[in-house]
Amino acid sequence: MDTVTEKTLFKKGAEASLYAANWHGRKVVVKIRIPKRYRPEAMDKQIRSYRTVHEPQLMHEAKVAEVPTPLIYMVNISEASITMEFVEGQQIKQLLNRTTPDKRKEICTLIGELVGKLHRHGLIHGDLTTSNMILSPEGKIFFVDFGLGEKNVEVEAQGVDLHLMKRALQSTHYLFWEECFKAVQYGYSSVLGAETAEKVYEKIKEIERRGRYVEERKQ
Amino acid sequence: MKKPPKQNQKEESYCLGIESSADDFGIGISSFKGKILANKYDSYIPAEGGIHPREAARHHSEIADKVLHDALTFAGLKPDDLSVIAFSQGPGLGPSLRTGATVARALASYLHIPLVGVNHSIAHIEIGKLKTGVTDPVTLYVSGGNTMVTAFDAGRYRVFGETLDIALGNCLDVFAREAGLKHQKGVPLGAAVERLASEGKNLVSLPYVVKGMDLSLSGLLTSATAQLHVNNCRLEDLCYSLQEYAFSMVTEVTERALAHTEKREVLLTGGVAANKRLQSMLSIIAEEHDAQFNVVPIEFATDNGAMIAWTGVLAYKHGLVTPLDESFVKLRWRVDKVDVPWIQ
Repeated sequence: MDTVTEKTLFKKGAEASLYAANWHGRKVVVKIRIPKRYRPEAMDKQIRSYRTVHEPQLMHEAKVAEVPTPLIYMVNISEASITMEFVEGQQIKQLLNRTTPDKRKEICTLIGELVGKLHRHGLIHGDLTTSNMILSPEGKIFFVDFGLGEKNVEVEAQGVDLHLMKRALQSTHYLFWEECFKAVQYGYSSVLGAETAEKVYEKIKEIERRGRYVEERKQ
Repeated sequence: MKKPPKQNQKEESYCLGIESSADDFGIGISSFKGKILANKYDSYIPAEGGIHPREAARHHSEIADKVLHDALTFAGLKPDDLSVIAFSQGPGLGPSLRTGATVARALASYLHIPLVGVNHSIAHIEIGKLKTGVTDPVTLYVSGGNTMVTAFDAGRYRVFGETLDIALGNCLDVFAREAGLKHQKGVPLGAAVERLASEGKNLVSLPYVVKGMDLSLSGLLTSATAQLHVNNCRLEDLCYSLQEYAFSMVTEVTERALAHTEKREVLLTGGVAANKRLQSMLSIIAEEHDAQFNVVPIEFATDNGAMIAWTGVLAYKHGLVTPLDESFVKLRWRVDKVDVPWIQ
């Protein structure tokens, strides 16, 4: 069953290595969470198996919420690996800075809608960066890497999730982050409704004030 | 015959830097070429509890003249030899920062030389680069007031990860105080925790909270402190576990930034950089990403005047001076709000 062939490493991330492989004639991605020598073995095993079990569950839940994610073919907890569909397309991170302002707005609005759908369904992605989003040739955006995600309906968790999206835009797309985040909010509000979305935006402000060095923090 | 007019009376120019963002009052002197001639300081040690901002400021104002005198004497310079006065303009505690800024303004006005306000966090990175020879690192800056992962990109140091609540040093300090450990001169609380941790063996389960690129330490602190009062865990095991969890979290975030930026150097600085266990964790991830790992020597990793002096030199050489009426302190001055024209 688990015959994965022609495994080639195509991305060595911080947390996991991604291999492109062939599985029963399908092009797949094998994501292996590599052991981290820096932390104690027991802690490492716990973190890796936790994320390996939860990631496919959340990816499945995301599909129910109408957010495209790769299909899961196989999960191996002992080696902390997930075999999933290889999604053809382009990383949003690669294309966002190069595209036209209109296209950028369109993409970010769609991202906002998808985040809204996740949140409406009680899902938190946990690592909303543009490296974790893929634009497929037919114009769908796939969300990947739910390893830090969780099921949570609290405004607090939604606020942190969206705050991370904002921070990712600020660090990687600093020239356009404001227009991008505005479009994300536009899409997000359109799914959740202005009133609910506004509560999350208020929460973002509160979260930012909690940080150490932010202008907005109350004295 | 008339003597030819003296050219270049001074062979070298010097910048004096004042650091006073928290509990340390430091004065450093750097030449324009980056030679550190003096790096003197005096620390405020609270009788109990954490830093009381007013008391820290009182300490700073009481010892400022002594530290200034020590630094000049050690460097073998007279006030007239100085060309620039730099000071830590933020971030930090208001009363402490204001004391240093007041000394800086007074010196610059009296000597009729320019004043340069320096961002404290950037100064940590710049002195680290000067002292270790790295040029373009991913920096993990961990201290009592800061926990952030930064790297330079397009004119500024960008923040790739940071704490969502308390700083790492603060987490260790508060835990240590809750455990009844006392701050002694020359032995920071973090060092006391490290010593106990080295005798710990059993990992106590604590919350591990990494959220994307950021991390949260307040839950970890609450949980570790609660175990202290409820269970009768060995303190050594708790110190060990607290360190393992907290350091694993900052290491994971640093590794993410390293993978994301694909830089080739890792720099560890701030007071917590002295911790050997943290150093070993970071050296492992650096090795795995083919990056060079560097720890800033402790004298220049904790808050110090030399880092302000050297960063003052860099800024001044690139035309940055701070007019008196813009020299107010900035308590929450983020590293990513500052243009850094001296790189590239």
